[in-house]
Amino acid sequence: MVAGGFGVGKTTFVGAVSEINPLRTEAVMTSASAGIDDLTHTGDKTTTTVAMDFGRITLDQDLILYLFGTPGQDRFWFMWDDLVRGAIGAIVLVDTRRLADCFPAVDYFENSGLPFVIALNGFDGQQPYNPDEVREALQIGPDTPIITTDARHRADAKSALITLVEHALMARLR
Amino acid sequence: MATPPGGPSSGNWSYGPGQGQGDGSAHGYGYPSVPSHQQPYAPQGPGPSPYDQPQAPRIQPVQPQRRTPEPAPAGASNNPLVRPYAMTGGRTRPRYQLAIEALVHTTAQPHQMQGQLPEHQRICNLCREIKSVAEVSALLAIPLGVARILVADLAEAGLVAIHQPGGDESAGGQPDVTLLERVLSGLRKL
Repeated sequence: MVAGGFGVGKTTFVGAVSEINPLRTEAVMTSASAGIDDLTHTGDKTTTTVAMDFGRITLDQDLILYLFGTPGQDRFWFMWDDLVRGAIGAIVLVDTRRLADCFPAVDYFENSGLPFVIALNGFDGQQPYNPDEVREALQIGPDTPIITTDARHRADAKSALITLVEHALMARLR
Repeated sequence: MATPPGGPSSGNWSYGPGQGQGDGSAHGYGYPSVPSHQQPYAPQGPGPSPYDQPQAPRIQPVQPQRRTPEPAPAGASNNPLVRPYAMTGGRTRPRYQLAIEALVHTTAQPHQMQGQLPEHQRICNLCREIKSVAEVSALLAIPLGVARILVADLAEAGLVAIHQPGGDESAGGQPDVTLLERVLSGLRKL
């Protein structure tokens, strides 16, 4: 999973390392429309669709890794619940100029127990804060890796993924 | 839908009388609109694939352990159908709990697809190369929940094989160590 606030570069990250152009799948929020999706009240119809971008990496003949960018709005938790199961882990992309945007994702993964790493996406090639400062600000424990990345670059995205899988492996072996 | 699948594993099916929606069976599974006179998507696939032997669905029913696979519409029995689900006969839950990343591969021979719904045929044609449920949804522009149901239909009919990531049930479905090691090795080789 690739999570983070709106506009932090999730789809850019997925696209940088995916072998296909990121695809978009949509889920229809039926609960939002229950009682509203009535033809007699079409003026009130507010069926909500949640879009989710994803990419894929074929790692071996019989091994395909899918990268799912989580819906940016944190009210779509049900989609996250769906993704967490079977997921290896999450990369939480952070724009340090808008640090608070990543709080919901960090909280979510801390609560769900899914291994995650924090990746500071340097906009304009700048990293105004170093990982230690961000760790302090986010109150992230020492076990969770915090790395810097440039979501536009394949090598950076690949390196972030490797850090995540290493972290997930360590968590499983611990 | 009214006919529960038999077999020893039926206890594991992910829906049951207590979970299904009250009006589901009324809309039925009969697909009154099945086009029997004409096949809009004439199968034109390549020859038999190695997976072609007719067989029971390989899919393994999984226990419903997802916390909230889809929001259950409250009081759905009295509400009209949500339109995207028209092609699923009004069903909003698949028979199987298909993971979004579950892989789908067509096992059907062209003649087996005659009489299938156009959507089912499109999925079969797409999945001649292995695709995930997410890709089926995205490439055919079908909402994810609908894609899950249609793929589950095809799996039950034995027309596609599903490769569902196993995961370690004791660890909440997280991938096991062997899989993580393979992924790590694969990533490093990229």
